[in-house]
Amino acid sequence: MGPGIMGLVTVFVLAAFVGYEVVSKVPSILHTPLMSGSNAIHGIILVGSMIILGGAHGATQESLGFLAVVLATLNVVGGFVVTDRMLEMFKSRQADRSRAGRSPAPANGASATAKGAAS
Amino acid sequence: MSRGTATDLVYLIAIVGFILALKGLSSPKRARIGNLAGAVGMLIAVGWTFSLPEVHSDTHNLVLMLIAMVIGAAIAVPAARLVKMTAMPQMVAIFNGVGGGAAALVSITEFIGLPHGTVAIYKIAEVLFGVLVGSVSFAGSAVAFAKLQELMTGRPVTYPGQQAINAVVGAGVLALAAATLATSSSTLLLLLLLASLVLGVIFVLPIGGADVPVLISLLNSFTGLAVAASGFTLDSNLLIVAGTLVGASGILLTRMMSQAMGRSLPNILFSAFGSVVTASGGDGQSVEGRSVRTGTSDDVGVLLAYARKVAIVPGYGLAVAQAQHTARELADSLAERGVEVFYAIHPVAGRMPGHMNVLLAEANVPYDQLKEMDEANAEMSTVDVALVVGANDVVNPAAKSSPGSPIYGMPIINVDQAANVVFLKRSMRPGFAGIDNELLYDPKTTMLFGDAKESLAKLITAVVAA
Repeated sequence: MGPGIMGLVTVFVLAAFVGYEVVSKVPSILHTPLMSGSNAIHGIILVGSMIILGGAHGATQESLGFLAVVLATLNVVGGFVVTDRMLEMFKSRQADRSRAGRSPAPANGASATAKGAAS
Repeated sequence: MSRGTATDLVYLIAIVGFILALKGLSSPKRARIGNLAGAVGMLIAVGWTFSLPEVHSDTHNLVLMLIAMVIGAAIAVPAARLVKMTAMPQMVAIFNGVGGGAAALVSITEFIGLPHGTVAIYKIAEVLFGVLVGSVSFAGSAVAFAKLQELMTGRPVTYPGQQAINAVVGAGVLALAAATLATSSSTLLLLLLLASLVLGVIFVLPIGGADVPVLISLLNSFTGLAVAASGFTLDSNLLIVAGTLVGASGILLTRMMSQAMGRSLPNILFSAFGSVVTASGGDGQSVEGRSVRTGTSDDVGVLLAYARKVAIVPGYGLAVAQAQHTARELADSLAERGVEVFYAIHPVAGRMPGHMNVLLAEANVPYDQLKEMDEANAEMSTVDVALVVGANDVVNPAAKSSPGSPIYGMPIINVDQAANVVFLKRSMRPGFAGIDNELLYDPKTTMLFGDAKESLAKLITAVVAA
């Protein structure tokens, strides 16, 4: 069972390039959500923790696995909730309720609403 | 379709969700839906994992698993919902640390279960890597949290021979790892675990509060790599891809963050930056005893009300005073008078890159009113008043003019090019980097001392009255 070590290494190398490329286009205003969002993704260790706890034998393995699942759940749930809270707040002037005295700032492509895209 | 193939397929869908989550962050309008895709991917992966025989066949363990998840979620949801936006960096540090801890625990448990003597050496090496990197990330994140939460001093903690001691501990960790690899001894693994935790702590101690966000990004990347190592151990493409995505993107993000501060990563990690408070701008010219021009809120209010274009430059002081809402109200009352207002955001304003954007977004400032540094600098010479709220280092011209200054080379917001500069500051104390700012003594600069929020509130009154 298992794809063999070289298969895993291949996947690892390709994933490294994808990770690097995908992030290279992120604007600096989204760096904090990016840190938080990628933080949530490594919460996938929850799947590993579940496998470990599911196959645990004896008190030591059970306690370690139990603790791992608690910590990994914290990571996943906290990570996604915090990121969503941050991103929820990025809305543009157009999404805002109408306000007096708008300055004629150019509305470029990026100023469409986050809400509009999400609905 | 066999169960194994089905599992691979479901996990592939989850992986696509994670990539979309990262890709979505290329633009504010797709970021939230992207994050949702990532969360759905995670939900699918975890849900499917319950269907695996090795996970659900032992009812006792399955019950434990559900209890553990309920505990984790019961702590995480309120913590993530209630945390203040200004406390976001330490929240990310904690969630990162627990992820690293989980990865280390998975590796340790796997080590205990390994049939010793028959496994390939790379299998043990993967486990050791997971333990080492996961524990460093866990302990380091805990110290980073303590620094940002101000449970301990934010200044670098230094002691004689620090670099040498750190190097010895680092070498000791590697030696222990090699010995564990050779002997597969559980005792040695325990020692390795402890030594890695110590390494995580002493690695972070000398890093100053202002640099901690870069460190968190680096530790985030470490946790990703530890998760990838667990993936190798468990033969799981899912863990390898997700961990590596974070590991690679985290390293790039760390590099972008240090570039934004105009410093190299080794300089941030090893120089104990900010531990010495210098009195001069680094060019030997003393600034003691020079006078600054202080103004009243009425003076500044009139200046703002009759300006054509105002640039607000927010810094960490604004965040500390929770003044982002008041700043927005001031901007609104200026806009009502027809004054053009924009926010000039330095990449490292706040405590993390983009942190200031989050804080201002929380205060309902539309993000097209926020200008990044380059864009803001291009307009700065046409600005009548640059209103600097609780920022110092990010507008300090010493970064351009004093080669001896510690911040020399850091890109800054060129408020010195605006016709007038107003500083809202608590005192004349220098900023995080501990460097005096020549601009405070410039004739076109007016100082308005006091708490940022109170000063802004007074300015609103003055603008309305003007």
